[in-house]
Amino acid sequence: MTAMRASLMITCLGDMFFPEVGVSIVRLLRRLGVTVEFPQGQTCCGLPLFNSGYHAVARRVAARTVALFRDADHVVVPSGSCAWMVRHEYPGLVGEPELARDALRLAARVYELSQFLVRVLGRSEFPSTVRGRVTYHDSCHLLRGLHEAESPREVLRHLAGVEFVELPGADECCGFGGSFAVRLPEVSSQILAKKLRHVEATGAACLVACDAGCLMQMGGGLRRRGSRVRALHLAELLDGGRA
Amino acid sequence: MSQADLSIPFRRRAGRAMEDAFLQEALTIATTKFIGLRREAFDAFPEGERLRDVAREIKEATLQHLDRYLEQLIGNVERFGGRVHFATTPAEARAVILEIGRRAGARMAVKSKSMATEEIHLNEALEAAGIVPVETDLGEYIIQLAHERPSHIIAPAIHKTKGQIADLFGKELKRTVPADPEALTKLARGELREKFLQADLGITGANFAVADTGTVVLVTNEGNGRMVTSLPRVHVAVMGVEKVVPSMTDLMVFLAILAKSATLVQGPRRAGELEGPEEFHLVVLDNGRVDQLAGPLREALDCLRCGACLNVCPVYRQIGGHAYGHTYPGPIGILLTAMLNGPGSVKELAHASSLCGACVDACPVRIDIPRMLIELRREVDEKRIAPWIERVVFTSVGWLLARPLLYGLAGRIARVLQRPFVRDGAIRSLPLFGDWTRTRDLPAVASRTFRERWSELERETPR
Repeated sequence: MTAMRASLMITCLGDMFFPEVGVSIVRLLRRLGVTVEFPQGQTCCGLPLFNSGYHAVARRVAARTVALFRDADHVVVPSGSCAWMVRHEYPGLVGEPELARDALRLAARVYELSQFLVRVLGRSEFPSTVRGRVTYHDSCHLLRGLHEAESPREVLRHLAGVEFVELPGADECCGFGGSFAVRLPEVSSQILAKKLRHVEATGAACLVACDAGCLMQMGGGLRRRGSRVRALHLAELLDGGRA
Repeated sequence: MSQADLSIPFRRRAGRAMEDAFLQEALTIATTKFIGLRREAFDAFPEGERLRDVAREIKEATLQHLDRYLEQLIGNVERFGGRVHFATTPAEARAVILEIGRRAGARMAVKSKSMATEEIHLNEALEAAGIVPVETDLGEYIIQLAHERPSHIIAPAIHKTKGQIADLFGKELKRTVPADPEALTKLARGELREKFLQADLGITGANFAVADTGTVVLVTNEGNGRMVTSLPRVHVAVMGVEKVVPSMTDLMVFLAILAKSATLVQGPRRAGELEGPEEFHLVVLDNGRVDQLAGPLREALDCLRCGACLNVCPVYRQIGGHAYGHTYPGPIGILLTAMLNGPGSVKELAHASSLCGACVDACPVRIDIPRMLIELRREVDEKRIAPWIERVVFTSVGWLLARPLLYGLAGRIARVLQRPFVRDGAIRSLPLFGDWTRTRDLPAVASRTFRERWSELERETPR
């Protein structure tokens, strides 16, 4: 196996709310022979600030992140939206020519997890931690921002003991949208309700997504309805083994 | 619900729309149908994707030299005996049209569907001047009878069910009619035929105006547009300044991705011709558009007013058009409202989007609506139109994100503070977070964050 180095960008939501996703990723990547690094001092990519129009503060956050990941060979992100932010918005946002050059280099090396597994490592077969029927929600930034629909499905289709079924309206927004979810909570919740009706109609035991934001929204909604469906990050389905 | 009261906050307007069971039913049926039809049309049209890019290129290239193409258009419209009027503001446009009506001695105007005339609030002005406006597009006719305004760019009565329309016709036209689309249409057609014959003025919008032939193009699917342009003595077309296309060849690209059928108007009736108006006037409307040729909303000038972005927008699909509160609803409507009325007019609406990007995928000319919504949010922030408390929160969060030690400390503090509210790893209700927790559990801050687990994880060796 070729020696490969990857830096994990855990993201703010991943660090605070879903640390086990990060742990799964580290173990999985190591098992695949990847040396995983975790640059200290990372906080958030700045997407929530950027999307709400606070570009001056987002710029400072972006500049820090570019500096932190300057030496990374590959950057792996467990959320499509944060990967999109780094890939699409950083180069134009950071401003200064030298930083912009670093941002461009970073943009070319940043991957959402499923993309890194399938497109960079060329791996789509993994041992599974779950059994039964699973379905998949396309996160907006991953699908329409990074144009990635195939990699997560590729992985799910190959999971032993798992029956992958398509979610009706999989490409429709879950209603999260960052601050949108609390600025217009009624609209956000009604969009979510429609999404969850579709999820439950599939009969899946597991709803998979590749974005912490969508998982917060859909997972929070499922729990509130007392649903038996669990919302999981793709990484949680892939068995990286225990040390 | 008719036009929303703008003194009510947008969140409440949206909430009311979501409580309207009829509206919810109508929206679900109509947007689902539109999405399906569009998919079918493009599936059967493999070159469509490429044509979308070509269309976008034509639009952009035309806007680069808008002055030149407008000059050419004016020259050619006049060559065929038409007259061109420029209007910088809605008031100027109304004044021009009323003057045309006055000189023609008009008592009644038949209208074909036009968002530009909605934009300048023409119907009210006509009524006040003693000219009865009659909408002849079926959807527009319905909402005119109901004293409402369009809730969708191409399907103005999308918020009404057939049952509601039958009731409306019964009340306004004093005729009992079953809630059957065919019967309803037949009744409207009978009523409208007489108006076509009585009207002195025909008023239309324009989907395109071809510069090198002086042709004004209307895209319709009902045929009423043709009668509006040909039966009355005087025809007035109102178009936004950005509707020019250079040539017929260019026009064909747009018709291929847009049209069911089109009516082409080249000046008034000429000697020896059997039909057509005696006078033709083209009113070219600026109303904030020209400023955006070099402004942040420039891309919105590419809009063809097809309404595809409305049908796929998760927000529009929940709340319909009226809750937006302005002439143009939906994602593109937010941009057009900002263009016409300034960014201050959309400080709430700029956030009426999850930025999901479904609109970009649906747009025939691929307008990047989310990018411009973010741009508007930025303007709202930088011009200090946003609420001060919000600006303080976002600026402080930004400050904290640049200080990893304090950021880590904030996480630990949150973990202590959340303790009384956590059940089974999640929070069902939390002071100040009600807007999230009313309908969704909130994950608790983990007992050990990833950064806290890293040093231990670092020492693990692969199995």
